[in-house]
Amino acid sequence: MAETSAATTDHPDAHTGLGHVVPLWVLAAVFVALLVLTVLTVAVTLVDLGNLNLYVALAIAGLKAGLVVLYFMHLRYDRPFHLVVFLGCLGFVVLFIALVLTDTRAYAPTLLPDQAPQMKDVHTPFGTPRP
Amino acid sequence: MTDATNVAGHHDEGWHLAHHFETPAQQFESGKLGIWLFLTTEILLFSGLFCAYAVYRANHPEIFAYAHLYLSKSLGALNTVVLIFSSFTMAAAVRAAQLGQTRWQVRLLALTLVCGFAFLGVKSVEYQAKWKEGLLAGRAYQPAAPPHGAVVPEPPQRAESATGAAGGQPESAGGMKLDKSTIAPAAVGRPGLSEKWLQGKAAHPDGHWVGPEPNNVQLFFGIYFAMTGLHGVHVLAGMAAIAWVLVRARRGEFGPKYFSPVDFTGLYWHLVDLVWIFLFPLLYLIH
Amino acid sequence: MTAIPTEPRFLGGLAPREDNYLTHQAGIGSWVFTLDHKRIGVMYLVAILVAFLLGGIFALLIRVQLLRPEGLLFHGSDLSVYKTYNQLFTLHGAVMIFLVLIPGVPGALGNFVLPLMLGAKDVAFPRLNLWSFYLYVLGALLALASILIGAVDTGWTFYTPYAAQTNTAVIPLVFGAFILGFSSIFTGMNFIVTIHKMRPAGMTWFRMPLLLWSLYATAIIQIMATPVLGITLLLLILERLFQLGIFDPYFGGDPLLFQHFFWFYSHPAVYIMILPAMGVMSEVIATFSRREIFGYRFVALSSIAIAVIGFFVWGHHMFPNGQSGPLNTIFSGLTMLVALPSAVKVWNWLATMYKGSISLQTPMCYSLAFFFLFAIGGLTGLFLASLSTNFHLHDTYFVVAHFHYVMIGGTMFMFIAGLHYWWPKMTGRMFNDALGRLACLLLFVGFNVTFFPQFLMGTHGMPRRYAVYKPEFQPYHVLSTIGGFLQFAALVLIAGYLVHSLYRGRRAAANPWGGSTLEWTCSSPPPHDNFPTPPVVRAPYDHKHLLWNETLGGYEWQPVENETR
Repeated sequence: MAETSAATTDHPDAHTGLGHVVPLWVLAAVFVALLVLTVLTVAVTLVDLGNLNLYVALAIAGLKAGLVVLYFMHLRYDRPFHLVVFLGCLGFVVLFIALVLTDTRAYAPTLLPDQAPQMKDVHTPFGTPRP
Repeated sequence: MTDATNVAGHHDEGWHLAHHFETPAQQFESGKLGIWLFLTTEILLFSGLFCAYAVYRANHPEIFAYAHLYLSKSLGALNTVVLIFSSFTMAAAVRAAQLGQTRWQVRLLALTLVCGFAFLGVKSVEYQAKWKEGLLAGRAYQPAAPPHGAVVPEPPQRAESATGAAGGQPESAGGMKLDKSTIAPAAVGRPGLSEKWLQGKAAHPDGHWVGPEPNNVQLFFGIYFAMTGLHGVHVLAGMAAIAWVLVRARRGEFGPKYFSPVDFTGLYWHLVDLVWIFLFPLLYLIH
Repeated sequence: MTAIPTEPRFLGGLAPREDNYLTHQAGIGSWVFTLDHKRIGVMYLVAILVAFLLGGIFALLIRVQLLRPEGLLFHGSDLSVYKTYNQLFTLHGAVMIFLVLIPGVPGALGNFVLPLMLGAKDVAFPRLNLWSFYLYVLGALLALASILIGAVDTGWTFYTPYAAQTNTAVIPLVFGAFILGFSSIFTGMNFIVTIHKMRPAGMTWFRMPLLLWSLYATAIIQIMATPVLGITLLLLILERLFQLGIFDPYFGGDPLLFQHFFWFYSHPAVYIMILPAMGVMSEVIATFSRREIFGYRFVALSSIAIAVIGFFVWGHHMFPNGQSGPLNTIFSGLTMLVALPSAVKVWNWLATMYKGSISLQTPMCYSLAFFFLFAIGGLTGLFLASLSTNFHLHDTYFVVAHFHYVMIGGTMFMFIAGLHYWWPKMTGRMFNDALGRLACLLLFVGFNVTFFPQFLMGTHGMPRRYAVYKPEFQPYHVLSTIGGFLQFAALVLIAGYLVHSLYRGRRAAANPWGGSTLEWTCSSPPPHDNFPTPPVVRAPYDHKHLLWNETLGGYEWQPVENETR
């Protein structure tokens, strides 16, 4: 059993063994697609879509990122758990940014303009703050 | 372990099975999972900066609409193309290592390294320009002129924070003297949007800036330098790793049985590219 | 009677009988450059205990100051004398959290036990493990340097704008914490890969000991949360150096944004502290009740649930600080939710003990204390989760008592329990169990005398981080200080009999407690490569086949017919 003691962990198969090689034409095609999408990203800024510009830019960037992750970084051919790890990480990022953004937008109306004190002349008991 | 000869006829001299692993597959798989976990930590590291970006852009869009005009779109696009190309050469280098093609490995890794230098070169050109024009973060933000594409009628109000502002000296409840703030507020009127900006936007819907300089533009440059600076540090680290792998590749250490250093360094490099793929539109291509 | 070997000498006493990980190689170089997870665990243990002593000294100084309403050590009308007090509570918090609690159980105990429990030869990345330790040391040295340069007085939470403005050595301390973050991340990476890839044949996910589930859940948090602390501290450093203006309102920034960033890590960090402790709890309860854990799957999955839900609740540290109403509500509700998996664990442990054969040796005494202390700590968390009460209790001693109940009563008590439980395995010696139980009682009483009055004063309005206070609170503070010194005495006693056991303790058998997990199958101390022959994997917590052997002074497995793996 020692020989295959890795058996219960994750047994290597054709996709995850030491050898899956991405065909060169796939890499080249992805590269060309990325270039095209870059041109598209720049071109879209010349069109005024109002608020949508940001989302279109993010969508195109997301597409480019997807291509890099799936093909250059092999995730398409790797074991599914690596995809779980990557998507889980993205989930936490989205959670973080979404909640913080929601909060800052929600309390923005409560901010009073003109109320930040002039720190330079404040003398606290623990010394003057750094200028 | 010199018993492994492969298609190109060289030996995988760099390979040995670590004492605590049972099979080469286990060792390779462990390394791969390890590097993916490390990449997720890098993504989360940058997520803080993307969050700061999102917060400030959402609440003060006028700062971003104005300040991004200082950035050179063409240099940014050039850097994007350079990095994408370097990702391609890196992926091809990994492929060459898997096939045991020593010469191609070395060439492609060297090409990737050259692209890295090119990227940093363009970056330093941009940074030098910022320095010359006084476009730095925080207190050091002293712009020489408004950006191209902006029509600024009044001379910008430099927040001379060292000298006090005109106006009364209100006292707080605790008797501490509070100068009325010399920091002009970034947002007046509808939350997040300055009235002046709204008026300017109405006048020129194609995105060019017409109107006075918004307040607190230094925030944009704070975020800009933090994001591109941290990214640049990662590019440097990636280049160091690629250089080390290049040295080992020249010695013929990698082949179908052992190519994990090339593979893992490649994954790191692709991450660096991924971050830039988002940085470019968010910083340079704001409409 | 074995001939007394002439070398190697081991801690001044007799060398252990067989070659083991401590005697395998001698000399300081063999420790400094070791790749053996057991030696790395021991080095972590020593470093963490030193840090614990340092943090404890700061705590005692704080308590001495608070003996009098006008302050015993620092008093006067010139407020600048209280700067030292601010430095004391900042350093107490920073040292205890970053140098003791976060690395604590995973670093000192987990590093040692995890591969042994898995039946593996080492962790997946031994060199990374050593790097983890050296990054810990580097971070600790930077923190010490900051004390010497100009100790920070911002509170361990480094809230802006004060942290961006204060004239103390914020950057060394914060950079030290940044480095410690990487130590934590590397440990997390190591544990996840080891558990995924190095389980032996027959040990599927749901046949793993529960400590490993806990360490796995902890590692998820270490990897996902710590980088956000990294970027937060980096931005704070940039704020101080270049006045970036991201957090400092003087330059147009948002101080509440700092708090969001900071707590996104620091709340999951408290689960990094408690989850391994709960894992130790599972192990100790199972062994000393001689039963399998009731509801194994629920306990295992609740660790993952705590880890995940713990990411959704960070805003409860910021309820009165300016966070918006909708988010206050969301965070309040989610915080109540995170209590559920913890309760699941407590009920399952109690059910495990029911009709078990309970023996009250030292580790079990600490576990029983845990039930009481963690229940109080956890339930008082609900008072803080509820918005209406939080607004009164925020930044009072109620909060201080709450987190000390879970951090000391939860994490430190189980750290000490784990230390005692695996002490025979790590050192090959038994300690004096009667003294162990006495010290546990003393620590338990001292702890409650210290912190229970703090709940009361908190509800009466005594604010935290104050060097002076209104005279009506003095009785509570005096009680609290007395309790603090009682705890110190108990800890000195523990240190005393443990060190004594190294020289004069009875030699330990391979399995002195009757534990059913794999680390008890190898010798005490274990050999250099853990298992000369691969161990046989059984179902976890199967105590039926363990029988006491008087000559060995420990338990041994009886062979089972038709053993299925």
